[in-house]
Amino acid sequence: MSPATAVPAAIVGPGNIGTDLLAKLERSALVDVKYVVGVVESDGLARAREKGIAASAEGVDWLLRQDPLPEIVFEATSAKAHIANAPRYAEAGIQAVDLTPAHLGPMVCPPVNLRDHIDAPNVSMITCGGQATIPMVYAVSRVTPVPYAEIVASVASRSAGPGTRANIDEFTHTTSRAVAEVGGAQRGKAIIILNPVEPPIIMRDTVFCMIAPDADRDRITASIHEMVAEVQQYVPGYTLRAEPQYDEPRENWGGNARVAMFLEVKGNGDYLPPYAGNLDIMTAAAARVGELMAARKLEAEQQEVQA
Amino acid sequence: MSRPELAHDVRLIDTTLRDGSHAMAHQFTEQQVRDTVRALDAAGVEVIEVSHGDGIGGSSFNYGFSHTDEMKLIAAAREEAKQARIAVLLVPGIGTVEDLKRAHDAGADMVRVATHCTEADISPQHFGAARDLGMETVGFLMMAHRTSPEELAKQARIMVDAGCQAPYCTDSAGALLMHEAKARFEALVAEVGDEAWVGYHGHQNLSFGVANSVIAYECGVRYIDGSLCALGAGAGNSPTEVLAAVFDRLGVDTGVDVMALFNAAEDVVRPYLPRWPKMDRNAVVQGWAGVYSSFLLHAETAAERYKVPAHAILRRCGEIGLVGGQEDMIIDVAIQLAAEGVEA
Repeated sequence: MSPATAVPAAIVGPGNIGTDLLAKLERSALVDVKYVVGVVESDGLARAREKGIAASAEGVDWLLRQDPLPEIVFEATSAKAHIANAPRYAEAGIQAVDLTPAHLGPMVCPPVNLRDHIDAPNVSMITCGGQATIPMVYAVSRVTPVPYAEIVASVASRSAGPGTRANIDEFTHTTSRAVAEVGGAQRGKAIIILNPVEPPIIMRDTVFCMIAPDADRDRITASIHEMVAEVQQYVPGYTLRAEPQYDEPRENWGGNARVAMFLEVKGNGDYLPPYAGNLDIMTAAAARVGELMAARKLEAEQQEVQA
Repeated sequence: MSRPELAHDVRLIDTTLRDGSHAMAHQFTEQQVRDTVRALDAAGVEVIEVSHGDGIGGSSFNYGFSHTDEMKLIAAAREEAKQARIAVLLVPGIGTVEDLKRAHDAGADMVRVATHCTEADISPQHFGAARDLGMETVGFLMMAHRTSPEELAKQARIMVDAGCQAPYCTDSAGALLMHEAKARFEALVAEVGDEAWVGYHGHQNLSFGVANSVIAYECGVRYIDGSLCALGAGAGNSPTEVLAAVFDRLGVDTGVDVMALFNAAEDVVRPYLPRWPKMDRNAVVQGWAGVYSSFLLHAETAAERYKVPAHAILRRCGEIGLVGGQEDMIIDVAIQLAAEGVEA
């Protein structure tokens, strides 16, 4: 038997996020979305069927009866649903990429730490603000110690759904934690602002990192530009609005200096509108994780065949 | 959940130690807080708000780091206040329920949950937590000039249904003209007036803070904010001592000792003012262009750093529709203006 050329996958949760993710994964040569699953009939399921994908409103029970089983499942439901589903995926040996706030597995940001968790049974995509800003925090912290990093995410009101609104503290807590744990700052803080202005604002993110007065600014700047280019591989609309800004040490910064990065995150407009860069960077990062997981699986199969 | 009984015709809420924190660049000392609370409390002010200007959890690069941990300031205020209740501000997206619990432990009796005027549906989480803690609740609908009276009333309804005892028309930009303020007061009172009190928080950017407070009272608004010496963001808040004097002349009972408030302003707050908040060019631009008042000092800092005029930064902030909390964008705007060749 010749090795497969693409890894079978499923999207659970056919809402806006799931549909945008599907559009992105359709362009992938390595991930083959065979199944889209919901718990009620919906436009999302209908859209999947139009694309010739097997779609069902019978939930994960249906999914786990399919042959072949998916090897990767992307979960875009709710934290509660993912907490219920995750053990079943694990039992079936299916790797889960979690876009919900359940955060059961390690938090991953593709260009920062995915290689450490590529074989993890379950990975968490953190938050939209985390995906947008953690690469920048890491770009600084890999050059020089960052005692404190702070991020401010501004998103269009229209791109903040009911789940985010009902539990905005979840964003603040998770992102703060991830800025430190994944980004490499000693302490993290996250702020989110919803702006209802029309036409809707494109997602904006500001990243402030505390740095030593004598930190090597040229190396930091070079590292930031390198990281922006890496993120652009999966989010082409990820750009710096200006060169990194350095502010001289201040007494109430504990005698530290500061580097500030001003980002714009314009979505690809696959299914979601381009201003919703916050949602796009989640689906793009999840697709990226899926691709790299799939590449890894195919490589392993190849080696088995050769052996 | 019901609204509290009113002891007087109007419940004056003093925010010198919260909104004033903006004008102080968040450098309040414990001594200043103790002295101010003692004076306000003795003058009979019922509620005193103490926290970082951007609410609990606001100490940051983006808004400015606090000189003294706000929890320490809240605890100090609680110790000094014999009759007054201590309030804190909480802006969801900046502060969290965890911060609220710490503020409650430090002695806060009331929380004022603040959202942009169209985003009230991010507040139920915090109102719920506040009610669980047994705290009094107020809801700030900030930048109230940015939406219609009808929409503002719908947003107030969301807050009240979530456990808010007093939604506010919060004129963060000091932009509401008298008829605009009146329409909003009437809409809020019509929507929630049977079950909650309606409040007004004014800024002096176009000089209407006190005048709008009088209109507010006439419309049935019963919670009114002020700051001693107007100490607050932009051109400052409606001065508490002036509100007291005006309501006294109108025969409206606020329960405060007017002369004691004059003295508090003059003898306690005035000596520590870094500058008396006033309607200078930058502050008037804020009222005129509808810019969040707290942007003032940040715009001045960015103006210096990037050699562009602060009033030009503020105007641009109004044009692009920035909302409260987007202080980071002030730097972005300054960089863009400098790149466009705008000079100071």
